Parts: sequence; C-alpha cells; structure tokens
Amino acid sequence: MRRGRTITLPNGKTVERPPSHALLTAVLLAAAAAVSVQVTGFRLSVLTEGGYRFFDILKQMVPPNISYLDKVWGPLFDTIKMSVLGSAAGAVLAVPFSVTASSNIVKNRAVISAVRIFYSIVRTLPTLVTALIATYIFGLGTLAGTIAIGVFTFSYVGKLLYEQIETVDMGAYEAMEALGATGFHAFLYSVVPQILPGYISNCLFCFEGNVRYAAILGYVGAGGLGLIINEKVGWREYDKVGMILITLFGAVVVIEFISHQIRKRLT
Amino acid sequence: MNEKIAAQLQAEKSPLPGRLLLTVIILVLLIWSSVGIRSTSAVGNGMAVAAGILKGICTPDLEFLFDFSSQGVPYLLLETVCIAFMGTLVGAVIAVPFAFLGASNIVPRGVALVSRLAVMAVRTIPSFVYGLMFIRVTGPGAFAGLMTMSLCSVGMVSKMYIETIEDLDKKILESLDAAGCTFFQKIRYGILPQLLPDFASTVIYRFDMNLRDATVLGLVGAGGIGAPLIFAMNSYRWNEVGSILVGLILLILVIELFSTRIRNKLVRG
Repeated sequence: MRRGRTITLPNGKTVERPPSHALLTAVLLAAAAAVSVQVTGFRLSVLTEGGYRFFDILKQMVPPNISYLDKVWGPLFDTIKMSVLGSAAGAVLAVPFSVTASSNIVKNRAVISAVRIFYSIVRTLPTLVTALIATYIFGLGTLAGTIAIGVFTFSYVGKLLYEQIETVDMGAYEAMEALGATGFHAFLYSVVPQILPGYISNCLFCFEGNVRYAAILGYVGAGGLGLIINEKVGWREYDKVGMILITLFGAVVVIEFISHQIRKRLT
Repeated sequence: MNEKIAAQLQAEKSPLPGRLLLTVIILVLLIWSSVGIRSTSAVGNGMAVAAGILKGICTPDLEFLFDFSSQGVPYLLLETVCIAFMGTLVGAVIAVPFAFLGASNIVPRGVALVSRLAVMAVRTIPSFVYGLMFIRVTGPGAFAGLMTMSLCSVGMVSKMYIETIEDLDKKILESLDAAGCTFFQKIRYGILPQLLPDFASTVIYRFDMNLRDATVLGLVGAGGIGAPLIFAMNSYRWNEVGSILVGLILLILVIELFSTRIRNKLVRG
C-alpha cells in the first residue's frame, strides 16, 4: 500500500492524509472507456445528427389505439400470473437451499460452499436465456416464462436470504436449544421471526421487477405481453404497441404502489 | 404472576383471523395464477433437448471457445463487456439530472413526483423496443446495444441515486459554512465525498446486471453474445451453446468477484 502525505499543522501535530486512488481510477476508467468506444463504434456525432430518428417510432405510438385495449387484458393478466406464480415458486424453493447455505445453521463447510457455488452459477444465467431454454424443454407458452421467472427469483431471493440468516441474533436459538428444543423447532421460533419481514419484503421487491421481466419474455415465445408487443412491432402497428405499453405502465404503477405500501409496513 | 400473563393474553387480539384472511388471499392469488399457465405447443423431445444442453455445457466446442478471431467466444465476450461498460457509463450520466429532480429534499414534492413518474415510464418500455428505436439512429450493431443498455439502466440507477441524495447529511454543509467555505468548496468537500462512494457502488452493481442483460440485445441485432447464442440454439448446435454459456458464466463470475470487492471497499470507505 502507498503511504499518504503527512501534513504538519501550525501547532506542531502531524496528520496523515489518506492516499488517493483518484489518479489510478481515472486512468483505468479512461482506458476501459477508450477500448469500449473502439469496440462498439460509439460516436457522439451519430447521436447528435440522427438522434431525432429515435423518436420516429415513439411518435407513431401516439395517439395509442384505444380500441385495441380489449385484446390487451388477456396477455396482461397472463404476464401478471406468470410473475405471481414464478415469484412464489422461486421464493419458496429458495428457503431450504438458503438455510443450507448459512454458516451459522449448517456447520459443514463443503455443503455451504457447494450450495453457494450452485447459487452463483444459477444467478449468472440471464433470464431471457433461461426462458429460451425453457421454451425448448416445456414448449412455447406461459409455463416456460413462469419457470424462467421462478429460476431468477430463486437465485435472487436465495442469495439475499442466506446473507440475512447469517446476520440474525443467534442468542435466542442457542437458548431454545439449551432448553431442549430440537434444531428445527429452535429455528422455527427464534430465527424465522427475525428473517420473515425482510424475506417477504425481498420477495415483493423481486416480484415488482419480475412483472417487467415477464413482459419481455414473450419475445422468445414464453407467453404474456411480450408476445403481442413483438407481433405488433413486426407488423409496424405502433399505435397498438403504444396502447400495450400504456397498459403495462399502469399495471406496473399499481403493483409497485401496493407492494411499496406492504413493504413499508413490514419494516 | 400467571394471572397477569393471562390478562395480557386476553387483552391482545387473537392473530388468527388476520392470518386466516392472509392465507385465503394468498391461496386465491396462487390458484388464480396457476389456472392460466399453459404451454401451447406439444413437447415430445423436451427431455432430449435438456440432455443435449447439459451435454453441450459439459463438452463445449473448444475450438469455438478459444477462437480469438472476431467470430470466436472471447471477442464476443469482449464486445458484450464493452457494450455493458459504455452503456452503464452513459446511463449513469443520464440518471444524474433525473435523480436530483426526483429527490424530495432538493426540489418541491410535485416536481419530484413528476420526475419519478417519468423515470418509471422510461423503465416500462421493454429493452427490445428501445433496441429497435436505436437501430434507426445508429444502424444495427454494438452501438445500438450500448444506447439501449444506457436507457434501461436509467431507471434503477436514478432510483438508487435518489435514495443516496435524500440521505445527505446537511449538518456538514452548515459546518463548512461556519468555517467560511465558498460555494464550490462546499460542493467539493461537503457533498461529493458523501455522494461519490454510493453512486460508484450503484453504478458497479448496475454494470454487473447489464452484463447479464446484454444477451437480450442480440435478439434485435444490437450486438453482443446474444445473437450467436440464439442462432446456435435454434439450429440445435448444443456444443456451441455450451461453449458460449461456459464463457458467459465464467466472465460473469469473475466480474462479480471483482465488483463485490470494490463495492465492499467503497462502502467501508
């Protein structure tokens, strides 16, 4: 480690200024940005010259085609159903795995690291790729989307859950074990009440995001709104796309509001 | 003593009705949602496909995995990282004004609400729609992907920025005032040190996420590793799928390791 600069104050005391990494960070960032600009062909001039074309599609979306609303409800509820069931399944499935991955409950290091590596690998799979694989295995439709969302929720909630279990106060657990409770009972009555609010809050937060994700999954044939967005974009019926997006926006706002209210009460 | 406990128990409302109601609501939601789940196409060879994918991951196409030309996995991964990096950077910059306009301790409540709704609207449009919009500006390729990534990042990044800004400790500014600091000194020594570590941590976290989401862009021809992956899957070349997935998983694990370390350092200061 580099030593910082020492400064002598007027009254004779010396203080050490912590070393600054600013220069190193700036150089690294600039280098990474330069490589990225080179590889991706980023050019500001293209944006300033052609930027207005970005709004081509947006302009065609307004005014949205209101009469198309009737046909949006079905896929919208499909999307919500996919997220509800997928989130619930993933969140429940994560519980046993996370308990096994917490170092204060399980003492076997090999088991803990095995479960954690499993979590990491599942977490690296992008949701869209999971959905694509699921459509190959389970066929096109909402089932594939539900499974993709379940897998994502499993890995996301699971990681947060074992981190949370590790930070609980183990005093109550040990006291109950000392009184003769079995490990399971001690866990149920001392650890669960501590982690439950946080766990539910995480699940709800994940669910909020999943509604948005579920809307994309239709693109690979996994059902829901993405299916009709993709279709209408393909036919260039942008006024209908606009209607779908507005409905989705409304649904997301309502769901986020409800979930936000519940989460506020939980914590 | 026991009487006291009994009296206390009597006084407290029984949690049973509330819990019953909650259980019923959750059950109804679950049943409602599972009724609609279906798969429309007949699946005969699902298991064969699953086996094919597993076998592909275990025996990846090594030639493709170590092909350092512009068609090989390493270059595609590099392109994906670059898209995610620049996309995150551009998104992080775009998010700053949104964040300051959305922080209720800086602007009036009404302005904050409007700004937050705008951010939510930006977030609602799915990434592949943005991809199509940007392809009109930049043509297909990595550039379009980069811009798409940046717009998709704005939502989450600005939300986290807002939380940081609302946690600003104003007492530090007062003490700097008392010490006779100028306006710019106050920003440099009072505000930036409070904001930068959290902002940086947010951006690094988002970079992690963008790396994962970058596969979406391949679908609309916006560069990165998504397109080759989907082509390989559609033509059942599982060995190629395997080598792409192995490369992607390794890359994400390594980057996550580094980013977690940097973020831990940033948080501890």
